[in-house]
Amino acid sequence: MQKLTNRSVAVNRSPMTLAERAYLPALAKGLRITLGHIFKKKVTISYPEQKRPFSPVFRGLHILNRDEEGRENCTACGLCALACPAEAITMEAAERKPGEEHLYREEKYAAKYEINMLRCIFCGFCEEACPKDAIYLTETVMPSNYNRQSFIYKKEDLLIPHPQKQEGK
Amino acid sequence: MSEVQNFKVTIDNITVEVAPGTTILNAARAIGGEVAPPAMCYYSKLKDSGGKCRTCLVEVSKGSEKDPRPMPKLVASCRTTVMDGMEVKNITSEKVLDARKGIVEMLLINHPLDCPVCDQAGECDLQNLSYEHGSEKTRYEFKRRTFEKEDIGPYIQLHMTRCIMCFRCVYTADQLTDKREHGILERGDHAQISTLLGKSLDHDFIGNVIDVCPVGALTDKTFRFKNRVWFAKPVDAHRDCPTCKGKVRLWMRGEEVFRVTARKDQWGEVEDFICNDCRFHKKETKDWVIEGPSVVDRRSVIAQGHYQGKVGMVKEQPRLIDQVIGKAPKLLMDIHSISDVNRPDVDLSQIEGPAHSDDFEHNK
Repeated sequence: MQKLTNRSVAVNRSPMTLAERAYLPALAKGLRITLGHIFKKKVTISYPEQKRPFSPVFRGLHILNRDEEGRENCTACGLCALACPAEAITMEAAERKPGEEHLYREEKYAAKYEINMLRCIFCGFCEEACPKDAIYLTETVMPSNYNRQSFIYKKEDLLIPHPQKQEGK
Repeated sequence: MSEVQNFKVTIDNITVEVAPGTTILNAARAIGGEVAPPAMCYYSKLKDSGGKCRTCLVEVSKGSEKDPRPMPKLVASCRTTVMDGMEVKNITSEKVLDARKGIVEMLLINHPLDCPVCDQAGECDLQNLSYEHGSEKTRYEFKRRTFEKEDIGPYIQLHMTRCIMCFRCVYTADQLTDKREHGILERGDHAQISTLLGKSLDHDFIGNVIDVCPVGALTDKTFRFKNRVWFAKPVDAHRDCPTCKGKVRLWMRGEEVFRVTARKDQWGEVEDFICNDCRFHKKETKDWVIEGPSVVDRRSVIAQGHYQGKVGMVKEQPRLIDQVIGKAPKLLMDIHSISDVNRPDVDLSQIEGPAHSDDFEHNK
């Protein structure tokens, strides 16, 4: 049979020599490699204290944006859900009532908005599809948890804090 | 020889034989495909429609066999009848494509481009047209014409801002109902569709103005903001209706009927006009005999859910996991117990108008 590469080596099954049977030279060889690595530059970092720099295109946890007056940008147009390859986003729309103008920017808004983070693959298509600057992927790493229920992010979990209420604090 | 000789017309180098008196647009539709010019105002089921929007402009490079001079200007194909030996250029003419681009820009001048809010998005003729022929930017710098949204009747919402003045709804109301109550008020740039003195529209067939509207100016209030059309599953269904033929298209989500419309053909025109009772009051699955999934154009956004198929086709039932392992699977999490969306106690399809904040509140 023709070989695919020339790197393959046949297994040597000849009886061991005296040096090999003595075992200690092989042990010393192994220890030399171990000791050599102690003085090399470490590839790991001690994570919570040290952090690696993020790539400028890193995509983490989603947020839902508000405008300067604190009104929700999302109009539940469904383009993020349409673009989502993992089908993680669902929503239900409602009409803004008179008197709710300070809450929602347009006459239609997302009454329910949900991202299933167990499904999400953080591709950022939702951010790209959004015509209203409403959804963004931040640099926050998605927090882990012990139960699956906490991975269903509702609208309240995703919305950024109200800009004016925050100043008042 | 009393037989009428058919006319030979060549549109985009494809020859077709049509009866005399046929318009260029209908001759092109007989060929089909991309040769057919887009039409925003012409509606084959409505008499006298057409000639308003100018999107169907074509170049006539040879008038007829007897008079081979080309027509001096681009002509509206929905209003120009064919002549024997006529040669028409539609997509092969750069002049036409350029003019169409200008027309789209003109139609979009006062259009608010609120597609994220509009219920027509996804099945909007103007959206498709501007996507195919329009430019991405507008050169218009002035204030756009705006109107307050208007309730005409209990089921129809009028967004005059989105209107492109195609007059289709006026012809529908005129030709389908015996007493027309809505029309165009004022003239020129001030022209607007409205009812006289805020009168509400009330007729068995008036709901069809929603279907004929090429944009989102007239929308179904019972469907308002409830779902995006591309997330709904189009299904052909029928029922025994005393007033209309009862052949409709249901837009469903799961077992809920969100919207009822007439069936539309490949040119976006309704096959049969349906009555208000079918459209607005029969929002339950048990009212209908379901024939099967509707045929949806592959390039349409509505096809994204892969619901389309042949009518009458029986889908193979998927083999569920409990049949494979012989017992019910143990779920680590049932999404329906946590999710707020699609709650069984909030029946969106049964709410009369659009949902409001209090529709979601009481069941927290």
